[in-house]
Amino acid sequence: MGNHPVQDLKATRIKGGVHAPERHDSAHKHVSGTAIYIDDMPEPAGTLHAGLGLAGVAHGIIKSMDLSAVRSAPGVVAVLTAKDIPGTNDISPSGMNDDPILADGKVEFHGQPIFCVIAETRAQARRAARLAKVEYEELPGVFDIRDLDFDSHPQVFPPLTLKRGEATEAIAQAPRRVKGRMLLGGQDHFYLEGQVSMAVPGEDDEVTVYCSTQGPSETQHMVAHALGIASHAVTVEVRRMGGGFGGKETQANQWAVLAAIAAKKLGRPVKIRLDRDEDMAATGKRHDFAIDYEVGFDEEGRILGVDYIFALRAGFSADLSGPVGDRALFHCDNAYFFPHVHAKSALLKTNTVSNTAFRGFGGPQGMVGAERVIEEVAFAVGKDPLEIRKLNFYDPMGSDGGRNLTPYHQKVEDCIIQQIVAELEERADYAGRRREIAAFNANSRVIKRGIALTPVKFGISFTKTESNQAGALVHIYADGSVHMNHGGTEMGQGLHLKVAQVVAEELQIDLDRVRITATTTGKVPNTSPTAASSGADLNGMAAQDAARQIKKRLIDFAAEKYGVPKEQVVFLPNRVRVGNQEIPFNEIVRQAYVARVQLSAAGFYKTPKIHWDRSAGKGHAFYYFAYGAACSEVSVDTLTGEYVLERTDILHDVGRSLNPAIDQGQVEGGFIQGAGWLTTEELVWDEKGRLRTHAPSTYKIPLASDRPKIFNVALTDWSQAYEPTIHRSKAVGEPPLPLGISVLHALSDAVASVADHKICPRLDAPATPERVLMAIERLKAESGR
Amino acid sequence: MAQPVRREIRFILNGETVTLPDVKPDELLLDFLRLRRSLRGSKEGCAEGDCGACTVLVGRLTGGELVYESVNACIRFLGSLDGCHVVTVEHLRGENGGLHPVQQALVDFHGSQCGFCTPGFVMSLYVLWMREPSPSDARIEKALQGNLCRCTGYESIMRAARAISSYGEAGRDLLAKERTDIAARLAALKDGARVEIGSGKNRLIVPASVDDFAEIYAAEPAATVVAGSTDVGLSVTKQMRDISPVIFIGGLEELQTITEHQDGIRIGAGVSYTQARDFLAARVPALGALVDRIGGEQVRNMGTIGGNIANGSPIGDTPPPLIALGASVTLRHGNVRRCIPLEDFFIAYGKQDRAPGEFVESVHVPLPAPDAHFAVHKISKRRDEDITAALGAFNVQVREGRVAAARIAYGGMAATPKRARAVEQALIGQPWTEETIVAAQAAYATDYTPLTDMRATAEYRLLAAKNLLLRFYLETTSAAKPFRVKRYEEA
Repeated sequence: MGNHPVQDLKATRIKGGVHAPERHDSAHKHVSGTAIYIDDMPEPAGTLHAGLGLAGVAHGIIKSMDLSAVRSAPGVVAVLTAKDIPGTNDISPSGMNDDPILADGKVEFHGQPIFCVIAETRAQARRAARLAKVEYEELPGVFDIRDLDFDSHPQVFPPLTLKRGEATEAIAQAPRRVKGRMLLGGQDHFYLEGQVSMAVPGEDDEVTVYCSTQGPSETQHMVAHALGIASHAVTVEVRRMGGGFGGKETQANQWAVLAAIAAKKLGRPVKIRLDRDEDMAATGKRHDFAIDYEVGFDEEGRILGVDYIFALRAGFSADLSGPVGDRALFHCDNAYFFPHVHAKSALLKTNTVSNTAFRGFGGPQGMVGAERVIEEVAFAVGKDPLEIRKLNFYDPMGSDGGRNLTPYHQKVEDCIIQQIVAELEERADYAGRRREIAAFNANSRVIKRGIALTPVKFGISFTKTESNQAGALVHIYADGSVHMNHGGTEMGQGLHLKVAQVVAEELQIDLDRVRITATTTGKVPNTSPTAASSGADLNGMAAQDAARQIKKRLIDFAAEKYGVPKEQVVFLPNRVRVGNQEIPFNEIVRQAYVARVQLSAAGFYKTPKIHWDRSAGKGHAFYYFAYGAACSEVSVDTLTGEYVLERTDILHDVGRSLNPAIDQGQVEGGFIQGAGWLTTEELVWDEKGRLRTHAPSTYKIPLASDRPKIFNVALTDWSQAYEPTIHRSKAVGEPPLPLGISVLHALSDAVASVADHKICPRLDAPATPERVLMAIERLKAESGR
Repeated sequence: MAQPVRREIRFILNGETVTLPDVKPDELLLDFLRLRRSLRGSKEGCAEGDCGACTVLVGRLTGGELVYESVNACIRFLGSLDGCHVVTVEHLRGENGGLHPVQQALVDFHGSQCGFCTPGFVMSLYVLWMREPSPSDARIEKALQGNLCRCTGYESIMRAARAISSYGEAGRDLLAKERTDIAARLAALKDGARVEIGSGKNRLIVPASVDDFAEIYAAEPAATVVAGSTDVGLSVTKQMRDISPVIFIGGLEELQTITEHQDGIRIGAGVSYTQARDFLAARVPALGALVDRIGGEQVRNMGTIGGNIANGSPIGDTPPPLIALGASVTLRHGNVRRCIPLEDFFIAYGKQDRAPGEFVESVHVPLPAPDAHFAVHKISKRRDEDITAALGAFNVQVREGRVAAARIAYGGMAATPKRARAVEQALIGQPWTEETIVAAQAAYATDYTPLTDMRATAEYRLLAAKNLLLRFYLETTSAAKPFRVKRYEEA
């Protein structure tokens, strides 16, 4: 990104257009430590720092709160409690008014913020926060969903039911039936950069908040709401996050709001950065689930009917638990056609932190439920689970055998899972390795190997229809350089780069002519959070729209000025052919400026076709589906339950990739994150409702040495989006995460070998060495070995 | 002769010699870099030495040689850096002034996504490349045990790590070129003085020698002694404990000797895991393999075996094998020393046989007998950089088919590292057969009543502990068959 880049005016292709494997725009800054995150910004003079007072009980009434020692501690400037909130003490994203910024009288989970200390330094604020004397009247708490009655226990949001056909009857009449329950753990986001915000007070009621947020517009509205002011007084900006994964969608708001309240109250900038332990205790996570299932099937293993209850731990408030439960149901079929299906969610209120969005948003949990059902059927009929998978797939694209309706009555029109699985079976030599593994296991007493190939079908769109819109702002300056802005946020996924590639392609200029800028509510309003894998789909389209508007003006201008038909104005790499002459892009722009052509445009996009009627449980919920499959092999120690991930092969569909290098990184990283969720990442609450795994010393995300020893990842080179998405690419943020399910099933396969593959291991997740060993012990006992 | 005292610490930060008269006893290196120097390339991800986003290099003269090691700046106390060279990511550059080979490789192989962990990975890979320009995958993974990345899945970082040497030669690196100069500058900083800064409740001391330390500590038994800071660092960042007065002993080379004697090896209390690793691996391979699973590289570079003993944790990884080997520990108070069996040092949870002002000076470890079977098995949720759920150490001699001697000790199974005496008794004198093992497994319930916590349930701990005995037995019967999962064949 030099100051005087030289453009190649003879090039046949621009540098860095769409489909090019460009490096992340900030890579050179990441490696040199010069990429600026919120905590790295130079603080304005006089900046104060916040520390949090967190509840010491999981459920109770605050009888008294003596903050005198806090107030008189060194460096303390102010202490905020619920009564210091000028507007509304609520940041519920779902309109349930159940998410206080600071607990007011009642505490609903251990670690809930009850007050906020503002001091000259962060260390002073943190130390002072410990000096509070708080007395509680403790109330009984609910910390576990396993033993709850799903029908009568309070729910945080109305649950959803999906129904197609008559599942109960179909199951009752099926030749074979299995019923069971799976327990599936949650997951902490563990973004490397914890929650952080810095609020700078402005004139009148204005405030600017620099916040590590995936949803600047929502943060803006929450700040306005809490301050009791209009949104136009609040600007929220974020250049980049140090990871998000859904954990900075709604969970960033509380800290932005506290910083803003303090900044306005004190008239000084205020920064709040959570310590890792506070972050893990006080912010929501991926929901853990109890999945009850009953399936009816025939002797071949063809599923005839399925009945599900997906019960999730919502935590103390609704947050996004309703839509997360919805998405679990939307994915309870994974890639399989269920002739009759009934599925309902239970969004159980507990006295734990309110669970939230996490990459996949309930979808992966739904798919885990689908794969458990497949596994049960496979063990019941004595077949390789992969055979059962293939037997139950949706009809492939272009053929309509009547097996293409989802439980929410959307027709699957773009199914390519057969081709992906067939190709992956070949690449991974599934059949050959299954034979080798059987031979190995027959001769190995202690170490057992297992293999599994699992598919992914992931629905793309926000199910909240209004979220499927985006805006962008493109300026071309008189020197021909381009400033690009859109509503999406950068959390490492390369979104800004992809959108810049789209703009570069549209204007036919080298990528380094397009400047990437911080996301700010002041440039593009009313944006959706960067979530649901939608970033490039929505913002790419909006930016393309903006670029096209300016391009059209340039064409009109050039046609008129040079007296040629518009069709004879053609954008070539870094230049424009006008009739018989080629004019450098920069020159055309300069001429257009002189001729007073508007060189700025706001672009907009809304996803077509989609609709969703929640009360009916019907609709075209997703614009399209993304597909993929993974084959994993593990070795398991049957004495300790320890294991090693030997090999994983992945084939994943991103349509026509906007940037294959970026997409490959998303697939690799998503798989490992999914594998971590299902193996070593275990959240443990104690009998007091305290999270015991609140730091990396106790909460174990994968390391480099946990990735597969052999890791072959490929993108489908033949696929393209069925719908006219941006350059026929497909979303890539979430779909790769459930590829990690292959690891859980490979472990299960290894466990099953101790009972000669006769008993379904029913391995719950996370499959820690302990759970693996206990499953082995159970199978040994049941098989009498 | 009175000990000369200096009232400031001196070290080199990147290129600059820094002299600081105002260091708080609990001031952390990362805060100093970010808040006082505005060097914000190093990040705080966890403030407990686990994630590695704060990784910087510390160079120090040891035995006259300048050695660079990665450390966690988030838990490393500023006061402990007297006489060191601190190298942060801001110091890196390529020969032409552009990106450094490590940085360029990471860029070209798409090794960063959100980028927050990246400066830490750069530093860990940098120190690896300086030492081993063409590392194996096993070596790269080991170098990265203390660096968490949540975005990439690591594969792209591995690709970059394998390629670094094609971007530049370690011998032409800046630190290599500056080496003589930095070594001379560090040598010049060594004036043999004790450092004392502050007073009253705000005081730090860096002793000039072990004798000086013994004298200071005997006089101030309430002081906090900090060697590697991998434990005390957290008590500041997490509990915000007041550690003043604090005595930093990490620079005392006299405590960092590891020597072999006729009756075993002597490990100075200040020997870091890294310093001990190769020495131990050459003599007792199982100990080398164990060290590789303690913390990440940064923690191993700071943490000491003496500290692992002295803090008395029931889940420290070195005491069980040392107890199984019959180690003894030398404690010193002033100029008075006493030597006790290591197993007797651990009295109860949080209680050790250590008088106020007394410190662990060294540990003496007999090597396993030539005919002994010796093994250490650690179980944790995640294989690397995780805290033990249960760890068993086995030292068994079999003569003429019968168990002649057995010393078995476990961590994570009781309130202290503890011998499995009933199990030992069930083995001694019996034939070395699976029947004996099965019979001995019943004795575990006598020896141990483990707890349930976030790492494991009591049920799993007991079962896995028993099964480790079986694994130990099976491995003595056949070297060829796999009886445990391995990522790589151990070097």
